[in-house]
Amino acid sequence: MTTVDRPDAPPVRTHKQNRNWVGKSIRRVEDPKFLRGRGGYIGDMTVTGMLHAAVLRSPHAHARITGIDTAQALAAPGVHAVITGEQAAELCDPLPDFGPDPAKHTWRCLALDKVRYVGEGVAVVVADSRYLAEDALALIDVEYEPLPAVVDPERALRDGAPLVHDDMGSNCAYERTFDFGDVEKDFAEADVIVTDRLRWRRSGGQPLETVGAVADFDHATGQLTVHANSLSFTSYLFMVAATMKIPANRLDIRPVPAGGSFGSKLFATKPAVIAGMCSREVGRPVQYLEDRVDNISNCDHHGSDRVYEVRLALMRDGTLRGIDIDTVDDYGAYIQFGVGHHGNALAQVVGPYAMTSVRYRVRAVLTNKNQQGAYRGFGSEVNNWMLEQMVDKAARELDLDPVDIRRRNFIREFPHFIPTGNVYDSGDYDAVLDKALELSEYEHWRAVQAKARQEGRYIGIGLITAQERSVFSATEFWFWFDEPGAPVTSMPESVTLKVDATGGITATLYSCAFWGNSPETMVAQLVAEEFDCDPHSVSIVYQGSKNGLPATGPGGSRTTVMLAGAVEGATAKIKAKALRAAAHLLEASPDDMEWVDGGYQVKGVPEQRKTLADIAVMLHLFKHSFPDDMESGLEDSKVFDHPYTTMPSADRKDLGVFYPFMGHACHVPVVEVDIETGSVSFLSYAAVHDCGTLVNPRSLAGHIVGGTAQGIGTALYEEFVYDDDGQLLTSSYLDYLIPSAMEVPELKIGHHETPSPYTLHGIKGGGEGGRMMAPAAINVAVNDALAHLGVRVTELPITPDRLRAAIRAAESARAPG
Amino acid sequence: MVKHDVTLTVNGRTSTVSVEARKLLVDVLREDLGLTGTHIGCEHGVCGTCTVLRDGESIRSCTTFAVQVDGAEIRTVEGLAKGAQLHPLQDEFWDKQGLQCGYCTPGMLMRACEIIEQNPDVTHDQVREGIASNLCRCTGYQFITEAVCAAAARMKADSAAPMGAQA
Repeated sequence: MTTVDRPDAPPVRTHKQNRNWVGKSIRRVEDPKFLRGRGGYIGDMTVTGMLHAAVLRSPHAHARITGIDTAQALAAPGVHAVITGEQAAELCDPLPDFGPDPAKHTWRCLALDKVRYVGEGVAVVVADSRYLAEDALALIDVEYEPLPAVVDPERALRDGAPLVHDDMGSNCAYERTFDFGDVEKDFAEADVIVTDRLRWRRSGGQPLETVGAVADFDHATGQLTVHANSLSFTSYLFMVAATMKIPANRLDIRPVPAGGSFGSKLFATKPAVIAGMCSREVGRPVQYLEDRVDNISNCDHHGSDRVYEVRLALMRDGTLRGIDIDTVDDYGAYIQFGVGHHGNALAQVVGPYAMTSVRYRVRAVLTNKNQQGAYRGFGSEVNNWMLEQMVDKAARELDLDPVDIRRRNFIREFPHFIPTGNVYDSGDYDAVLDKALELSEYEHWRAVQAKARQEGRYIGIGLITAQERSVFSATEFWFWFDEPGAPVTSMPESVTLKVDATGGITATLYSCAFWGNSPETMVAQLVAEEFDCDPHSVSIVYQGSKNGLPATGPGGSRTTVMLAGAVEGATAKIKAKALRAAAHLLEASPDDMEWVDGGYQVKGVPEQRKTLADIAVMLHLFKHSFPDDMESGLEDSKVFDHPYTTMPSADRKDLGVFYPFMGHACHVPVVEVDIETGSVSFLSYAAVHDCGTLVNPRSLAGHIVGGTAQGIGTALYEEFVYDDDGQLLTSSYLDYLIPSAMEVPELKIGHHETPSPYTLHGIKGGGEGGRMMAPAAINVAVNDALAHLGVRVTELPITPDRLRAAIRAAESARAPG
Repeated sequence: MVKHDVTLTVNGRTSTVSVEARKLLVDVLREDLGLTGTHIGCEHGVCGTCTVLRDGESIRSCTTFAVQVDGAEIRTVEGLAKGAQLHPLQDEFWDKQGLQCGYCTPGMLMRACEIIEQNPDVTHDQVREGIASNLCRCTGYQFITEAVCAAAARMKADSAAPMGAQA
């Protein structure tokens, strides 16, 4: 074991006891405009003189571009410009890339010399309308010299496999093995070692709105303004400016509501760069909005695509000791976020279990597919699934009850450092499990299952207990490398609060655009809690990146916790000024005054009182009534930095604290499998989550149901299928199957609240929870239905084909002779 | 390219637009008539994001040419609210949080409108089956189903109430 000097945790907070607004399921303040069809999405935006861009996509998985003839396209009606990949490489530098050795797999907004997946952009047309732009795409003549495609990630690692990027010399973009804790000892002392090979295939967020941008380059000022439904731009603005080859202070990216993201609009720079490049070229505003094929084939946000070889060491009584994970992850043709997805996994790699060691080998492989990005869970949901399959298999092999084996291993003392060095701040896993057993009517369904089995029906119950990390620190993106090191990244989020002369409050958010979560409702409820006002009276505005305060944007279930910290900080500054002003006006000592119901009053003398509006009007208009050092107005900001993150150790035996606010959940789906058709249907589904203190319980419940629906898609239906030649077989919703209301059951939802000791009100993030649990739970349920037939499904999605194949294989294995 | 005059009555207002035969109804609504509440999702008629009502029946406006519906009466999300007054469906979607990102919402509202108009006594299961025509990526459908059921009950109560006795 390596001894690690762990910095002190932040001070434990005392939470407000009687909350007025935090914890209430108020109607969301964002909703009225969306209900009226006035959401103002990027596709709704028109700017005078605006043109439209469309991108020509590669039909080949892997090919050299030997020639492009754009003459006919340029001459087509309404066409203003045609830009090829070669021209784009002159106009723009490579896109921001956080992957290892980016110069060896250079990623550009359009392909240069070679295409590396079906759908990769080859050229862009700018025309008066999208119709005319698409007409002209058909007139571009591209000559390709097809190359052999590499599609299977394990084959891609073999000697002699075609190279996706010649400069890399192999298709392995990253490989490393980490040992945390004493792995050898745990495996040497274990009674039993359970092994398995597991396969998780790629799906994606697939929001119903695609990614897009409206860009307007002003040659007079050199300023590029981009309206975009992608996010996370403020703190990383300089990188996009670098790609555009303009000074960072000449770029303003303004957030536009996103019609869903689920991670897939995180730092989606390509559409903004394409629109910006086109606008600069034609000198007019240009809209580039992906169509659905663009989005499915070229969004740069496919989800994880992993092969696992796992060994789990445990004692005969079910005590889990250590786990040895070897994973190959198919990243596609580029690797924009590096292996941050595995950092996510390492944040909660042992789940809720008190295991003492972890070996983690990761190989990131490049293949001829669209690259991975973010999808709700960011790789930790895959780890949850892997771990729960292993625990489930262990319980079966040792003939242990699935509830008992989990309860035997629960972590019960907090804060708890797991072997990787991340901390679990708080939790009560027994309470969540108890509630889930009750809510799901677990015993009842076990009885139903036994009876059904006698009737030849195949019912399965999929109990899983798993983690839901929140509030990431960016160390997870770089602790993979020894050099270059970096200091701890602060990942700030900012809020400005302004109290106007009437006492009305406006909150300004930076980079945190609306993307289906509810930052406005969260901030309104938090502000209302601080100022005793109606949350629906709070106005919310979004500031573009230019002049914006530091901000990181959504991701890793961080928004509510970070916004809460910023609101608290800004409130404290405003209240300090308001207190001083009120005391001055009442000729009282600030020490003798208290905040009561929306104003300051002299303790015990409620008639000696100034409301916030009384104070605000004086501060706005009558500054000379106050001491010289007080300025007019009542407005302040807080830049709130990550409250609890620490450095990894130099030897990387300990990764430090990078995802400290640990939620937890127990999901219990009950499924019935039709063994003739291989279809899976739900008889019941219960989910109990603990995300700390709830701000708006119904909103969180909505995320649980919605995330579970996506998890059902991941488990049973959704897959970006590439054939052996790298052709994408699922380029529309006719083939990429998103669950409808008939595939998603009614959920019974339970909440348990274990407040975080380190955040305002004890809030933890919870936006990804449903999808972090459902794939694991559904796979366990399907296996529970069929275990007595000798069937164990180890590959997602569990399509009817795969399930029937598993059933047939088991039948063959059972057949005599 | 040759243009054709198309006359549409959208939310009670009649307009004539001159459009190419290939122009989709959704693009005419959004670009020619400025009604951007109807959104585009999958462009294959699968997801239902672009749902509008033609003569009271739901259609996919992303796979319908405007020239196909010349003379039709079209209803879109913009026609639901009466000034400040939300339609009961909109109000119940708000109350039950039957939306998150709001992108599928206009299509979902129009489909729900059709479901209730066709059957004021629609049951919970019928609502769930009925809205399976439209994909929602955020909500998992549960709160949408609750909202539609609540709106149906309210609309039935309102229509049964004596004139002027609406809540």
